[in-house]
Amino acid sequence: MSLVNVGGPVMIGPSSSHTLGALRIGRFGNYFLGKTPDKAEFFLHQSFGQTYMGHGTDRALLAGVMGFGDADRAVKDALGIALSRGLVYSFHQEDLGEVHPNTVKMLLYDGADSQEIWASSIGAGMIRIIKINGVECDLSGAYPTLILVNKDIPGALNMILEKIDANVANLYLRRINKLLAKALTIVELDSDLSLRSLLEIKSLPVILEAYYVKSLSDVAQDRVGGLL
Amino acid sequence: MTFNAIKRLAVDSGLPLHEAALVADMTESGNNPEETRAQLSEFLRVILEESEKQYGKAQDTLTGLTGTNAKKAHDRGVLYHSRFTHVAIVASLSICESNASMGRVVACPTAGASGVIPGIFYALSKENAFPFAHLLPGFILASAIGNVIAAKATLSGAAGGCQAEIGSAAAMGAGALAYLSGGDAETVDSAAALVLKSLLGLVCDPVGGFVEAPCVKRNAIAVTAAISAAELALSGVTSVIPFDETVDAMRRVGQTLPMELRETGLGGLAATRTAKQLVDRIQTRFQKP
Repeated sequence: MSLVNVGGPVMIGPSSSHTLGALRIGRFGNYFLGKTPDKAEFFLHQSFGQTYMGHGTDRALLAGVMGFGDADRAVKDALGIALSRGLVYSFHQEDLGEVHPNTVKMLLYDGADSQEIWASSIGAGMIRIIKINGVECDLSGAYPTLILVNKDIPGALNMILEKIDANVANLYLRRINKLLAKALTIVELDSDLSLRSLLEIKSLPVILEAYYVKSLSDVAQDRVGGLL
Repeated sequence: MTFNAIKRLAVDSGLPLHEAALVADMTESGNNPEETRAQLSEFLRVILEESEKQYGKAQDTLTGLTGTNAKKAHDRGVLYHSRFTHVAIVASLSICESNASMGRVVACPTAGASGVIPGIFYALSKENAFPFAHLLPGFILASAIGNVIAAKATLSGAAGGCQAEIGSAAAMGAGALAYLSGGDAETVDSAAALVLKSLLGLVCDPVGGFVEAPCVKRNAIAVTAAISAAELALSGVTSVIPFDETVDAMRRVGQTLPMELRETGLGGLAATRTAKQLVDRIQTRFQKP
């Protein structure tokens, strides 16, 4: 912890875990898509599912997928704003298994494409992205993050890392499908990637899909302990 | 980080207590003291702005369990308290009811305990005409007191009960008030310790798990306790148990609190007949289109 963590942050109430964390999870989805989806389905686990209306978790998640900031007063009116922007949404209670009580599964649609993101709000506004399109991970959202679907062939990782012009903080690498020789590479970076670097990575022959998720920035990296 | 370490650093360096806290924070977190000062200054600015904006207003809260308390207290005016304490109570209720209606708050130290610090600082600004520049050292010190608690124990209701949230907020507020009233390091230590001791063992038992009952009114009662503690300390009353050790005690008490009394909505007030009836009514309210 630090003085800044204790003295703030500025946020929309009522709860850092059920409101602020939810907002940041939604915003990760917005950054991942690079836009507001045209349809969003939220599946809320345990505490999230049981108390979401009394904590404004639903409004916060929607505000997040529309890209709203932590202290945006419009979070309160997110349901109406989503309707007026043509964003179709639904909320469901669902048992998501052995995960943190404050976990949500988001299905975000952009035309025919959809992305499935699982995330937990672990207290004090801190979040963890725990699954992206079926692949487990553990992202804080605090770092700029590169998410790549690449060919599962020797040398692929080298080619990717060679093009990255920022310092790598964390690296996740998992095989998605052995038969199709596809792997998912997630790279958390200490600073933003240059546009040139990103374009070079996207044009690599081993890259099948590439997503660049900018940092949620106001999520403190060192914040610990769950605040109400 | 301990409060004793900050006090020692202040003596050794000759720095004022809040400046020593900034240096101690830099040593631990690596944060630039000037950036920290600027960030905390922005938090304090929002606290005063929101206090002014929400003061004494009725709010439409998420569950409807609260929302009219700030207005009632404001409209009735002072009964027994000083004007200062009255303003602190109203500001505290106002911020907490704004929080419960998805207003903008500063989570200092948490969203659930976000009313205590605005109570103290808004009253100092309104009733004692403290300019912003004079309030800031107190806010820095309040954050440092909270940081000591975070390091030695916890600020989380789910981990340590309400003593860790509103109890901590009261300790931060009492320490800041003592400091801004000219108290030295020992006076600040006693003020913070006196109020934390008085709220030791306080459980986190919100009705339905929502940040409204009893959280909103507890913030207002806690701000009066913080003012009382500061006043005692400034009159020379000392805490028999020093602040650092009081925080250790708070941690141990928190560890022995059962899960039902740590933000689960299962024990304490949340388990009463009335609470259960209210939760049923809230569910009906939510099902309305």
